[in-house]
Amino acid sequence: MNLSRRDVLKSGGLIVAFSFGGPALVRAATSVAGASSELNAWIRVADDGVATLYATHPEIGQGVKTALPMILAEELDMPWERVRVEQSPVDADVYGRQVAGGSMSVRLAWTPLRTAGATARAMLVNAAAVHWGTSIDNCYTDGGAVVNQKTGDRLDYGDLAERAADLPIPTDVKLKEQSEFKLLGRRIGGVDNRDIVVGTPLFGVDQSLPGMRFASYTRSPSTGGEVKSANLDLIKDMPGVEDAFILDDNGGARALRGGVAIVANSTWAALRAKRKLQIEWNLENASTDNWDALLEEGLELAANGTGTELYNDGDANAAFSSAAKTVNGVYAYPFLPHAPLEPQNCTAWVQGDGAEIWAPSQVPAGGAALAARTCGLNPAKVTIHQTRIGGGFGRRLANDYVVEAVAISQRAGVPIKLQWTREDDMANDFYRPGGIHGLQASIDADGKMTAWKDHFVTFSGDGESAYRWAAMGQGVQPQKLIDNYRVDQTLLPLTIPTGAWRAPASNALSFVTNAFLHEVSTAAGRDHLEFMLDLMGESRELPGGRGGGMHTGRAKDVIAEVGRRADWGREMPKGHAQGLAFYYSHGGYFAEVAEVEVGANKKITLHKLYIIGDVGPIVNMSMAEHQCVGAATDGFSTMLGLQVTFNDGAINEGNFDKYPILRMPHAPEVDVHFIQSDNPPSGLGEPALPPVAPAVTNAIYTATGDRVREMPIIKAGYSV
Amino acid sequence: MANYTITLNGEERQITDLEPDTPLLWVLRDHLNLVGTKFGCGIAQCGSCTVHMNGSPTRSCIIPISAADGATVTTIEGLADDGNLHPLQKAWIDLDVPQCGYCQAGQIMSAAALLDKNPNPTDDDIDTAMAGNICRCATYGRIRAAIHKAADEIVEGENS
Repeated sequence: MNLSRRDVLKSGGLIVAFSFGGPALVRAATSVAGASSELNAWIRVADDGVATLYATHPEIGQGVKTALPMILAEELDMPWERVRVEQSPVDADVYGRQVAGGSMSVRLAWTPLRTAGATARAMLVNAAAVHWGTSIDNCYTDGGAVVNQKTGDRLDYGDLAERAADLPIPTDVKLKEQSEFKLLGRRIGGVDNRDIVVGTPLFGVDQSLPGMRFASYTRSPSTGGEVKSANLDLIKDMPGVEDAFILDDNGGARALRGGVAIVANSTWAALRAKRKLQIEWNLENASTDNWDALLEEGLELAANGTGTELYNDGDANAAFSSAAKTVNGVYAYPFLPHAPLEPQNCTAWVQGDGAEIWAPSQVPAGGAALAARTCGLNPAKVTIHQTRIGGGFGRRLANDYVVEAVAISQRAGVPIKLQWTREDDMANDFYRPGGIHGLQASIDADGKMTAWKDHFVTFSGDGESAYRWAAMGQGVQPQKLIDNYRVDQTLLPLTIPTGAWRAPASNALSFVTNAFLHEVSTAAGRDHLEFMLDLMGESRELPGGRGGGMHTGRAKDVIAEVGRRADWGREMPKGHAQGLAFYYSHGGYFAEVAEVEVGANKKITLHKLYIIGDVGPIVNMSMAEHQCVGAATDGFSTMLGLQVTFNDGAINEGNFDKYPILRMPHAPEVDVHFIQSDNPPSGLGEPALPPVAPAVTNAIYTATGDRVREMPIIKAGYSV
Repeated sequence: MANYTITLNGEERQITDLEPDTPLLWVLRDHLNLVGTKFGCGIAQCGSCTVHMNGSPTRSCIIPISAADGATVTTIEGLADDGNLHPLQKAWIDLDVPQCGYCQAGQIMSAAALLDKNPNPTDDDIDTAMAGNICRCATYGRIRAAIHKAADEIVEGENS
């Protein structure tokens, strides 16, 4: 370890940084800029006794700006009241990948952050021991101070910080036992809550620069269209408009879509002029995708076509030929936009071959790099700042709006804030791909499922492989849970952009697999909870799967526990029923029971949703429960009524009047509990979502005998 | 282009040289630098831009400044009383309501208008009053609980 650059703050203080890569590296340094390349997150203990903890990952509402510093504070043994959290700069050389995605933040940061906190604490203890001339074994920490257990003397961290920074850095620190945690697992409010409730500028859209102008941008309604001509002269004459120009397509949606930029002296002037734009598009290379036609073709293929073999474990055909009973059903789900409430936006200032950017991005460093590459800037001179983000859901894993803002500022020669409209946002997303599955299962004379077959019809850009955001990877249930499992795949060509949507692939595959498993258990005349426990079989870890192999023992534990909490199988009033589903995703185990009432005219009420999750130990109980409720309600909202459709590659649903996100009167009561196993913690932004849809449709079946095989279920006449 | 006057958070403010169709939302955000009020949809569907205009909850994204001339407007920045948070703001913090937080200013302004008219709302009253506000993160349960908590605090404050 290189300690030569270690230095003490002039003001007095201890700065600790650490590496995600291997054993914690701990250094003290004068500033972030003085850190070496492998460092990536920081603790600072100032001489006033306040610890500044740097939150390194983008905050999209998943709570990492609070949760990650909590992990540091726990091992530092610092009372939360004496912690100040700051968003860190974006610097891949120092911090590694700063990404909000895949429910990975807590999962990846758990051990490094704990090690960093514990190392800082050890240094403070060492400083106190030196001061007292005693052994560290006689010292312990308590409430942000070191205590001498022989004398009862106390030294505050603030008084020790400067001296601690001068001492050798321990390399083999002991982490707390989970039973010793004082902070982790408690309910801690979000660190930005006060600023949020008084309207302090926080979000990407709140950024402002001296001399800043306001920009709108208009892209082809059909993906891939390019501007032939536009009424720029008229636009330039409109009030407040300072400039209007065409930007050529440069790499399409993954970099810069072609379009018309308007630069004005206010947002409204830019948006008002946008409405008057008349653009002639060259649609030669534009998408002609049509969802109704694709769905019709997919349903026919899934039911009657043959695909290319994707998985073939055991001998499904043999099992079918000796089956006592077979079941089949064709399932479908639509394309989805992300619709975060803060429309895409970015503030950028290009000067020469450099730029400064403020963006609500889930991958800020990627945005800076993409903008530099696309606009021919020097990457070393492009700086991006993290802002709080008004919802992500996967949309802001793409940085198209960052590139647009940089390209507009570069051309206009002024700092600009690019503001997308809601219509821009709906029409220019990276959509969760729809999909169609033709499913078959065989059941033996004992009511045991003996084989599973799926003909999966999905979409491809290159004709070779499925868009990965909805692809069937290894380990989708019930693969490896039964001996005979076969998936064949058919790829339909598609050119509209696709992307990751909260719990990618799992958000759709959980619906398909759980609903069809319920068809199987129903056909076998078995109780579904008993069937699911039996399906999991012996407790063991399976190979493959998103976020590592599923452990069937943990799966059975959450299934059994949700049954207990929901009093599974109890008598329900007429028209009411329970539905159960389980899904493993992003390292998290979630079993959910929906209690649904189906009334006249297929009006449904989700009276209560029970959730049992196992994501290992909980970091922040308040946000952990909140994420589960939010994800589950999002899942219900989406399965109920949300989709986008498209004709000639253009999205039909332009705003919330055509995209009815669930509102308060129909939000379910959600009962969340965790099994806090001692497995390493995994993230919570996503895994509570996948089980909701099939839990609801399974309940609808039990209540009415109607098997709903397509989302959104408003297509089958259901409403809330 | 014209000049307008509004009473904003208790202060008279002049805004000059504005197109009459400029929505109040953008006047607040771009011209008066109060960015707590948020843009979400532009068609009064999501409620992120909710302010109080002459005491009523109003979607500022569809109110042209010409229609707000002379009005009294309260935004999220003006809800606290001399630095003392409104009971709703306190309840929002106590119950850790926000996730991403983008909609919450609009939610709080809708809730404040409700409590002004109905200091002791039922769940149904709250659902009706809040149905115009979308929370994409679905924090609805805690929003409802926080409104009840604030209502209780207001009633206790009046009785003590």
